[in-house]
Amino acid sequence: MNNKNIILFIGGLIFGFGLAWGGMSKPEIVLSFLQLRDYGLVLLMGAATVTTFVAINIVPRFMEKPILGGEFKPRVRAFNRNTVLGAIIFGVGWGISGQCPGSALSSLGIGNLPVLIGIASMFAGAYAMGRFFGQ
Amino acid sequence: MFPLGIYQYIIGGLIIGLGVSFVYILTGLHSTQSSFFSSTISYFSKIPYFQRKTYLESREWRLYFAASVILGALIYTLTVSPDGFWTTSVQWWRLVLGGFLVGFGTRLSSGCTSGHGISGIASLSATSLYAVITFIAVGIVTAHAMMFLGVAP
Repeated sequence: MNNKNIILFIGGLIFGFGLAWGGMSKPEIVLSFLQLRDYGLVLLMGAATVTTFVAINIVPRFMEKPILGGEFKPRVRAFNRNTVLGAIIFGVGWGISGQCPGSALSSLGIGNLPVLIGIASMFAGAYAMGRFFGQ
Repeated sequence: MFPLGIYQYIIGGLIIGLGVSFVYILTGLHSTQSSFFSSTISYFSKIPYFQRKTYLESREWRLYFAASVILGALIYTLTVSPDGFWTTSVQWWRLVLGGFLVGFGTRLSSGCTSGHGISGIASLSATSLYAVITFIAVGIVTAHAMMFLGVAP
């Protein structure tokens, strides 16, 4: 494992630990937000985003570049029709199942083995997208 | 509004943000989730879409990242979790159908709850803001439609 992969591995441990602590690993909790019975996921997303906002927008004022090299570059994507079309399709899938990519992976870690078929289906969906609609 | 209290959500969110920030400050990489599917498919598929430079360059660290997201949740379960191992009661057909749409939609949109939601919004990306508003609104409508159809949980 090179240094970069070690950092990503540690970052993933922290990310997965937080997803589990915050309850997002449970589709039931995600669904309780989408059914507007528990607004807790707004707090989770808010806390995660504010922390990340500091790392992306404030830390680079005091550091020229990342500690292991590379460059600080905010995550900005061009807007097009697919941005919205994809988000609509994702939203339907999210509302049906209460799963999203990160929460599904972390769900495996809390012992939720049925989510394996959800993850396999995500691979199938990602493949279909690239196969038939990827330019 | 918060039947389970607010602390687990705030603590969980802060920890997630710390993980993303840790990776960004050390490497400048955005540790987001849904690209993992496409970048991993690049090991098996010759289709040009999957052989993009961005997937080839990131597929290795995305594998490590995905594996450790699973492991991090496992460590939580074995240490501080109040309820130990846990299994969903969401029906298999919902995991299959929903999972397929999640995989398809997040890749078409180039981001999911973490890519558009955390890293995109934190980057003040208008594109990500539009995506997040869209998938949350559609998710709420869909979840309510499921409820009205009598599907539980």
